[in-house]
Amino acid sequence: MITGAEIMVKCLESEQVELVFGYPGAAICPFYDSLSQSSIRHVLVRQEQNAAHAASGYARACGKPGVCVATSGPGATNLITGIATAYMDSIPLIAITGQVNQWLLGRDVFQEADITGACESFTKHSYLVKTAADLPRVFKEAFHIASTGRPGPVLIDIPTDVQTAQVEAFAYPRKAEIAGYRPRIQGHAVQVRRAAEAVRRARCPLIVCGGGVVSAAAREELISFAKENQIPVVSTMMGLGVMPMDSPLYFGMIGMHGHENANRAMHAADCILLCGARVGDRAVGDPKKITQTSTIIHIDVDPAEIGKNMTVNIPIVGDIRAVLESLAKQMPDAPDTGAWVQRLTHEKAESAVCGTPEPHTGFVEPRSFFRSLSAKMEENAILISDVGQNQIWAASSFNVKRGRFLTSGGLGTMGYSLPAAVGAKLGKPNRQVVCICGDGAFQMSMCELATLCESGAEVKIVLMQNSRLGMVWELQNKQFEGRCPATELTGDPDYIALAGAYGIPSALADSNESAERLAGQMLKSKGPFLLVCRVDPCAPTL
Amino acid sequence: MKHTLSVLVENQPGVLSRVANLFARRGFNIDSLAVGTTQNPKISRMTIVVDGDDHIVEQVEKQLNKLIPVIKVKVLEPEKFVCCELMLVKVACKSRQHAEVLNVARLMGADVMDVAPASLTLRFAGNEDQSHTLLELLTPYGLREVVRAGSIAIEKGSGLLKNNKE
Repeated sequence: MITGAEIMVKCLESEQVELVFGYPGAAICPFYDSLSQSSIRHVLVRQEQNAAHAASGYARACGKPGVCVATSGPGATNLITGIATAYMDSIPLIAITGQVNQWLLGRDVFQEADITGACESFTKHSYLVKTAADLPRVFKEAFHIASTGRPGPVLIDIPTDVQTAQVEAFAYPRKAEIAGYRPRIQGHAVQVRRAAEAVRRARCPLIVCGGGVVSAAAREELISFAKENQIPVVSTMMGLGVMPMDSPLYFGMIGMHGHENANRAMHAADCILLCGARVGDRAVGDPKKITQTSTIIHIDVDPAEIGKNMTVNIPIVGDIRAVLESLAKQMPDAPDTGAWVQRLTHEKAESAVCGTPEPHTGFVEPRSFFRSLSAKMEENAILISDVGQNQIWAASSFNVKRGRFLTSGGLGTMGYSLPAAVGAKLGKPNRQVVCICGDGAFQMSMCELATLCESGAEVKIVLMQNSRLGMVWELQNKQFEGRCPATELTGDPDYIALAGAYGIPSALADSNESAERLAGQMLKSKGPFLLVCRVDPCAPTL
Repeated sequence: MKHTLSVLVENQPGVLSRVANLFARRGFNIDSLAVGTTQNPKISRMTIVVDGDDHIVEQVEKQLNKLIPVIKVKVLEPEKFVCCELMLVKVACKSRQHAEVLNVARLMGADVMDVAPASLTLRFAGNEDQSHTLLELLTPYGLREVVRAGSIAIEKGSGLLKNNKE
């Protein structure tokens, strides 16, 4: 005989799970007991939301589902923001929650919350498991659903009595059989041919690289397609880092906070190849303007994204890697884009570099500092930015070559970077992991410094301290006649002393010169490090 | 513009709430929704009537398809399907008016389900227009209660709604 909890652990083992992030509680205790008997490592976070973020960072770094665990009631509801964050960025996540005993369901007993109901809008799918015998099928399906098609979070809610129930034996299904779930891999041949024709005919073709390219692990295919056919590439925030930023065919980030030359390229192109980009409002302000002058080819694994935000001429539903491969075969000769590339290169060179450091201000100028920091970092480093001004500074100024740029692009969840960085570092211990955040976001997940110490994750934190919620303050200043309520962070602690309290080495920079020097020290040091950079509270986002 | 969709779903708890939630959160306007099991007890069939333009209906179809327990979605082509809705009506009428109301019922093809001294309860199955006509004819007597089930639809001809995606 075997218990439900033991089956849960065996399911995770069958999925080659090595690491889970979580926080225990009464309703999930049987599982924790079984977990402790296995070789799967458990990392204790300090608040459940960060278990989901850490699992998200792990999933993005490793390209496989991250697992987070919480108890029923408040444990589960604390996970919600993390699950929603993963949903918006299409990150494969398995969230396991304990639930009260089945015979108490619906009676509002202690720590009961309808978590499958609460998460309905931002899970790819969810399960409330009623019998232990169902567990293997449910886990198999959950991992399959989370990691295939358009990835996303799957929630498995398991009542305590299901965890303690006895089952005859454990057998893990080899395949998930779900009648209503068959994500399309290959693009429709006719559409691929039409797309190839349109690209060949175009004089000013442009590839927009979105987060879907990362999800599909289609980096190499995209780079080679762009190179072979000499097609310029711009990126959304979620697609940053796919195209090496030093490539002569890379022309920056589009969007409200993107590079002006990249946005101009969008408007000047006559054929746009949207690859795994959902044309969100922050990326494309007015899609109609672009569709008027350009043939739009949209490749996405999720059919619902095609035509949702932008009218599309040639839709291709399929896995981006497979579609780009078949598209490449349909391109016997490259379109003549010489003049177009030259024009974009010229415009890129002409666009002003933002931010120059001024001496003796007592502040670090963020954008120029990020440029020099990225030059100091390893080529394949993983950079994780938080949300707000720090995110835009990092997104627009960092030079990602073979590394990664991770951020909460969709939901814009403050506090994401630190736990996600812990997850990413534990997933890829040999890669340099740098977390960039503002003092607002940092204080939202500051408790995870303990997780950082405990787990031994060697995360380098760059804290941009302007003692203000800079981006919101800027918005208030512009749109509300200079009335800026609730955006001053006058209660900021002494971060150096705080790091000291956790035993984390730290340093304070108040000029670009000191920031660069200390960043060098930080990157050379062993273990975690906190570099606090004083930033002018009035420093602009753009 | 009204569109009728036939949706095959796995017959399991929570499916209706997933579908209903999808409509609520995406801001789609649902006119009616009827659901019941099919010849295969593991599969239920929903008929959903949606109000919206072509873009909305395309999104409804695609978003429904993203729900894991949804097996098949089909937007039925106008004129190529038959549909009907079921209605129960309690009409206020004194005994002396019974004959008149029964006459209306007979003309419209409604069945009498219950007779009481001060009311008659009718059952009617038909399309939305016919239901509307019946209600108009009965209004002068006094509509005490009207209960309508959503429209159910099936395609004309021998074609079947196959239960596979793609």
